[in-house]
Order: sequence, then structure tokens, then C-alpha cells
Amino acid sequence: MLAKSLTRLSVALIFLFFSLSAVWAEANPIWNQASSLFKQASFDKTREAADMLSASSDPQAPVALKALLEGQLYQHKQNDSLAVLTDTAALDASNGQALSAVNKDDYRKIPVNNTLRKYLRSKLGGLSLSSDDPKVRLASATGLLETVSPEQLPQLQDLLSKETDPQVKAALQLAIQLASLNSSDKAAKLSAITALDGNLNPAVRNKLTALSTDTDPTIAKAAQSTLRNIENQVALNGQLETLFFGLSLGSVLVLAAIGLAITFGVMGVINMAHGELIMLGAYTTYFIQKLMPNYLDYSLFLAIPAAFIVSGLIGILIERTVIRHLYGRPLETLLATFGISLILQQLVRTVVSPQNVPVSNPSWMSGSLEINSVLSLTYNRLYILAFSLLVFAILYFVLRNTNLGLQVRAVSQNRAMARAMGVRSARVDALTFGLGSGIAGVAGVALSQLTNVGPNLGQSYIIDSFMVVVFGGVGNLWGTLVAGLSLGVINKFLEPWAGAVLAKILVLVFIILFIQKRPRGLFPQKGRAAGD
Amino acid sequence: MLLNHKLKKTLLAAGTAAALAWSSLSLAADDTIKVGVLHSLSGTMAISETTLKDTMLMLIDEQNKKGGVLGKKLEAVVVDPASNWPLFAEKARDLIEKDKVAVTFGCWASVSRKSVLPVFEEKNSLLFYPVQYEGEESSKNVFYTGAAPNQQAIPAVDYLMKDLEVKRWVLAGTDYVYPRTTNKILEAYLKSKGVDEKDIMINYTPFGHSDWQSIVADIKKFGSEGKKTAVVSTINGDANVPFYKELGNQGITAESIPVVAFSVGEEELSGIDTKPLVGHLAAWNYFMSVDTPANKEFITKWHEFIKSDKRVTNDPMEAHYLGFNLWVKAVEKAGSTDTDKVEQAMIGLEFPNLTGGTAKVLPNHHLTKPVLIGEIQENGQFEVVSKTPEVAGDAWSDFLPDSKPLVADWTGKETDGKPCGNYNTETKKCSGQKYE
Repeated sequence: MLAKSLTRLSVALIFLFFSLSAVWAEANPIWNQASSLFKQASFDKTREAADMLSASSDPQAPVALKALLEGQLYQHKQNDSLAVLTDTAALDASNGQALSAVNKDDYRKIPVNNTLRKYLRSKLGGLSLSSDDPKVRLASATGLLETVSPEQLPQLQDLLSKETDPQVKAALQLAIQLASLNSSDKAAKLSAITALDGNLNPAVRNKLTALSTDTDPTIAKAAQSTLRNIENQVALNGQLETLFFGLSLGSVLVLAAIGLAITFGVMGVINMAHGELIMLGAYTTYFIQKLMPNYLDYSLFLAIPAAFIVSGLIGILIERTVIRHLYGRPLETLLATFGISLILQQLVRTVVSPQNVPVSNPSWMSGSLEINSVLSLTYNRLYILAFSLLVFAILYFVLRNTNLGLQVRAVSQNRAMARAMGVRSARVDALTFGLGSGIAGVAGVALSQLTNVGPNLGQSYIIDSFMVVVFGGVGNLWGTLVAGLSLGVINKFLEPWAGAVLAKILVLVFIILFIQKRPRGLFPQKGRAAGD
Repeated sequence: MLLNHKLKKTLLAAGTAAALAWSSLSLAADDTIKVGVLHSLSGTMAISETTLKDTMLMLIDEQNKKGGVLGKKLEAVVVDPASNWPLFAEKARDLIEKDKVAVTFGCWASVSRKSVLPVFEEKNSLLFYPVQYEGEESSKNVFYTGAAPNQQAIPAVDYLMKDLEVKRWVLAGTDYVYPRTTNKILEAYLKSKGVDEKDIMINYTPFGHSDWQSIVADIKKFGSEGKKTAVVSTINGDANVPFYKELGNQGITAESIPVVAFSVGEEELSGIDTKPLVGHLAAWNYFMSVDTPANKEFITKWHEFIKSDKRVTNDPMEAHYLGFNLWVKAVEKAGSTDTDKVEQAMIGLEFPNLTGGTAKVLPNHHLTKPVLIGEIQENGQFEVVSKTPEVAGDAWSDFLPDSKPLVADWTGKETDGKPCGNYNTETKKCSGQKYE
């Protein structure tokens, strides 16, 4: 009682206080009720308030509910007034007027949970088959599939006859067929089963699975045969999906390894710091995104050249200061570059932070391309697959068709002869190493879109990179491409029945055995260039 | 020349100051109680453990401002086991033998705790372990201030089962001892609740797994069979971000297939783009967002100590806060830092936790803790959607046939008078671990 009267008193006081500023006092009483419900900070009360607001005719109510759904509805800690706060604007929720001098710390966000979000969405969207928006109609038609009953048939048929949008039409047709599966009419049931042949929607499969044990043998038989056809198609799509997953994993391996294919493959330098050069590329993406927070969608286009330059320059620095003194001594190079990798990691830990840093995905890289209801390809993987092929093509072009490429190949095949022909081998070494390192940086940009960006990023890719280069054949770019993609595909086809851990082990064992048989990898260098 | 002279003077002054400081330090050394801090400051675990080192320094600093313990100042001895499991044991030995610490606060991964356990038992020294773990252990020399499986995993599953009406379960974890044991317990628990074998999918991935495409596709398929599905994730730290990203990209939302995680906290969320995670769940005994005066004070102190108001607090930090304060109380009660005396004094002590309840030390060296389920928000904080009263930590799970008859009681009341960490109530025997 006391608490109640106290709340009433405080509400009255607030009322008094705000009548002075003449903003709150004029508001519809529902806003006062809503704010006192919100104040109790329980999901049930929030739901009650949402019910009340959605039932009211207040023009601001839908705005406030939408803000609540998106987590932008706030309540003032002292005077309980409701406000819609976004990054750019602050509005009074009850009348839509802009608030001035708002301090976000004075406000408490009104919490929502998943159940409430779902509820709000249904309230707001008015999920209905008669909506003007085809998207809403489609969503409600798909939502219907699991629960559709024969009683809805006439209504659905009526809607179908009026429908214009092809996607909604298809969804409605499917709903009608599913509804007929539930009907008591045997002929309708059978014709629906036949009509559903080849439909990959999971709702169809679940329904048919239930029907395949039907008491009526003809229906059970028909359902079984249709189900078998569908399952075959699902299996086929599953294989396609696995192939895509494999190619995509392979493309990541290719990207990570292709820089190494140059430094290790062409120059013969065992660079244990390769992973850290990838990491630096990923950090460059992070810093670029920090510099241009409002243009996240374009940040990657700037990050790619920036990462190439950053990692490339650091690569050249490493080559000039350390590696060039160690040519011909692979063991020392290995130890020295391992040291460099530890230094770079700890440097990032001290200078940036030991924590991972957030790198956002541009909107065009999120989501997936839906081919059918069981096969969809995620955009980020598609882009990265295309990107790795592009990087490969550019690199191949550089090595084949440019002056630098010619010199690189000359020096790597016969250093003494190349020098005798007037190639400045020291400069070529530095540039080659820089090119390989720069490509590692570019790989870092791509990896920042898939995985954590932190000091340990490089470590998880160094082993895989060496594996790909060795398997593909040292000194051969094509080898790296084929090796990367095939290792990816093998890994993904093994994963479903062996599990992720065992699949990785099996791939390693396979490579070890393969190297025993063909020590020079898939595509060994031939002739005098092979150096034996 | 002038500069040179000045430099000399400064150096001299600095030297004298250093010497003075050193002598006062060595004088003070006899009057201090040493507290070991055994957390990795480099290597893969540095990401989580560095914060706990800072938390300990803050707590010790604060206690010293209040006058220390038993009239003596506390002195932190910080060592870096560098995420290297055997090194944990070596550093622990150094702390006990060379530095003569009275107590050690440390470890994160279960494997590091298993590595130091024999050292603490041999040298009869105390360890406070602050992280949620798989249970199936109770040592006389360890206090487990994090959650046992029945204080995190089981209540989370209950929440999904009752509030979200989940019928199909994916148990996904990283391949090591904590997820494997937790999932074994959960599987047994789910079956005891009538969940069918084919409605449970168990999946393990290596540490730092980043290619989640096929696993997420499997989860999607598993969830499309008409029953409400949820993922119970014991996926460790780093592998989480690519996992949630893949979920988002393949169109799985928190509303269709919710994921409840036991290793994703505020600290882990502070380093990532949280968009794909919003709405998914986590279960802990503490959330930074819980609005209580004690928590507010703790957060303010933390921000002051670490000199940044952007740093977050998390569950293992609260565990250290409770562990440290309970240890201080126990030392004062026992009037000594002697391991056996403190160990006995600890049992039964109570200390208010940060979320508004009380942590009580149980005879099995675990604490009572409330279980909170939170939904991940865009700002990296959690919105509490469910909270239980304090649950008593159970060292030996009742859902595994082998550990069901086992109990731990270091007062000896339930174990035939002899304190024991793994007393078998069927054979009436205390087996294995040291208990004298």
C-alpha cells in the first residue's frame, strides 16, 4: 500500500514538475501508465505496456513500440519520461518532439528479450496475408506452413486467386498443398502428395515423414516414394553444399598460403613470421574502419591497398635487416623469423591490446544467396572465393608478364647467372619478399571478415600455409592453388563422417604419406631450375 | 657541461631514493603476508587471465588500505606461466618454495589446474580457482570459487526447456576436458528428462576452429525438423566469433535457434563485433549489468584501479573477489595463515556476492551461487532474463553413474569422520586423493 501511494505521490510530483515545462503534462494519460509499467523493469509488465500502447490510437504509439523493439526506447531515471534515443536524435516518445541537451547517462534502456521481441514484431508487423507489402505477405505465408490446417483451404484459395507476387503465390500454393495433406479426402491427399514431389521445403519433408507411416497403405506408399525422391534431391544438394564449403575453405587456405608460395616457394626463405604479416593486414583493416566509421561498407576497398603497403613495407624491412644476412642458412632463417613472429605478436599485445579487436562486416558481405530451401551460399564466403582467385590471377600476371616477375624468376632459378646479366639481385630479393608479405597482408583483410582479429591470428594459419605450399610443390603458384582448393574440399568431405578434429588429423596424415611418395609435391619444378 | 652536471645530480638522487626504497622494502618484507598470483600474462590465455591478475592486485591494494590482514600488509607475488601447462606447475612450486606464499590465486583452463594440483597437495598450500569448470574434483588444497556444472549448465538447460520449450538439443563444444565432461553430464541429464537419443546432437571442434560452415549447416538441418531446437555451447573463447558470424550468415537467428554459451562473457564480447550475437544467451553467476550497490561500487573501483572506464567486469573477477574476501575472513578467524587452519576456518564462512545474495563456503570447497541467464545486447552487456536463488555447488555430478555415489566433505561429517574429497557412499571408502 505504502509503496503504491509513494509511487502515486512521486508520479504526482513529477506531473507537477513537468507541467512547468509544459511537455509532459499535455500528454495522453496512457503514456503515464506505460511509463509506470516500464519502470517496474519486468518483462511481463513491459509486455502489458506494449499491449496497452498498441491498443491505443495514439499516433506516437507505433513509433515508441518500434523503438522498443530496436532497443532505442529509454526511460529517464528520475522523472520516468520516455524517450526515443538514437545515435543522431533524441525524441520525446509521447509527442515526437525533439529533446534538447540530452545526457544518455540519465536514461535507462528499457530491456527486451527474445520472446518479447517476437511478440512486438507480430504486434507491429500485423503479420497478415492481406498486407500491402509483399514481403510481409511472404513472411506470413511461410510462417503458416508448419501449422496449416484444412479449414484454412477456402481462405487460402481465395487469397491465391488475388495474389500477384510470384514468390507469395508459390508459398500460398505450397500452403494449400500442405493443407490438403491434412484433409480427410483420400484423393485430394494423394494428388497433393504427387504435386509435392521435388519440393525441398523442410515443412513438406516433415509432413511426408509423418504420412509415410499412415494407416492407409496407398497413402503411406505414395508418401514414401515422394519422400525418397525428395531425400535424393536433398542429398544431392547436400553434396553441392559440401563442395562449396570445401572450395571456400580452400580459398582461405590459398589466400593465406599464396604469399608464402612466393617467399618460401620462389625465394626459398622459411618465413615463420608469415602469419604475423597476415595479422598485421587484419589490424590494418581494423584501423581503417576506425578512421572511417561512417563508411564501413567501403572500408574494405581502402583496407586492401593499405594492408598490402603496411605488410609489404614491414616485409621489406625484415628482409633488409635480418633475412638477407641469412640466405643459404635455412635453419638460422627459421629461428630468426620465429623470433620476429614472437616480437610482432608481443608488440601488438603491448601497443594495441592483448584482447581481440572488433572488425565489422560490411552489409554487402552479410547474409546468404538462397538457391533453394536446402541450399544457400553465404555471401562472405562467395566474395572471398572470388577474391582469392582474383589475387591469384594478379600475382600470376605479375610473375609472368612484368619485368619484376621476369627478374624474380631469373634470380630464383640461377642467382649467379642473373647477376651476370645485370639483374640487381639484392633489390629483387627485397621486392620479392615485399610482394609476398604484401599479399599476406591482403589475405589478412579477407581473414578479418571470417575470424577473430587478435595477436594470435597468424599462428592459426602458419602451419596450414606451409602445408599447402609443400603439398602443392615448392616454387609453383598453380600448385598452391590446386593444393589449397583440394585440401579444402577433402577436409570438408571428411568432416561429416569423421568430425572436425579427426578430419584435420586425416588430412595431415594424408599429406605426410603423399610427401613420402612425392617429396616435391603435386607440381614439382623440373629441369635445371629444380636445382639438383 | 651544465646538462651533464644536472644529469649526475638527478642520477644520484634517483639512486639514493632507490636505495631508500629498497631498504624500507626489505625491512617491511618480514611483516608482510605473501599472496601468489598465478595467471598467464603472455600466450593464448593472456586474453582472459591478464584481467584476473589486475583484479587480484586491486583487491590486495584495497585490503592494504584497510590495514592489511592480522596487522600485516599483503604483498602480491605475480608470476607468468605463459599459457604453458607444465610451466604452471613449475611456477606454482617456485611460489610455494621460494617465495613462501601463504595462498595462491590462479589458473584458468582446467588443464592448468590439473597441472598444479599435485604441487599444491604435496606442498600443502592453498589455491583459489576462479573459473567455471567441469566438476568431478575436490581437493583439500583447492577452493573452487567458480561454478560447478550444476551451477551453470543444468540451470541453463532448465531455462531453455521450460521457458523456451526447447525439444531438440545441439551440444557443441571445443575438444577438451571441460566441454567433454559437461556435455556428458548434460546428455545424461537430458535423457533423464525424457529427451530422445536422436534429439541430441553432439559435436566437438578443435581449439580456435574458424571454419564453421558445415557444422552450422548441420545445426540448421537438425533444427528444421519441426521441433524447437537450441544449441548449448561450450565452445571456447576464440572460436566463438566465427561461429556466431556463420550462424548469422546462414540466417539462423536467436529467435529461431537460440545458442546458450558458458564461455562467452563481457570480456570476450568487448573484443568483437556483437551484431551477430544479439539475442543469444549466456549463463553465469554474475553479470556486469546487474544493478546493485555492491556491484556498482566494485565497477567504480575497478575503473579507478585500471584507469579506464571502458574496461568491463566479468564472472571470474567476481569469483576472485569472493575468494579473496573469504580468505581474508578465514585468516582473521583462524588468526594465522597456516594452510590447515585456514582451510577449516573457510568452511561455513559467508560473504555477500555482488549480485545481491550470499556466497557460502560449502564443506566440499565450492560456493553457493545464484545462476543468471542473460541475453547478449548490442553494447556487449547482458540483459538478465532469468535468475535463480543461490545453488549449492556440487563437486560430483549426480547425473553421471560413476560419480553419483561420491561426495566430498572436508569436515568429515558426511564421510565417516574422516575428511575426504571423494567418499564413496556405497563402498564407504575414501579413494585416491590425499586427505590427511
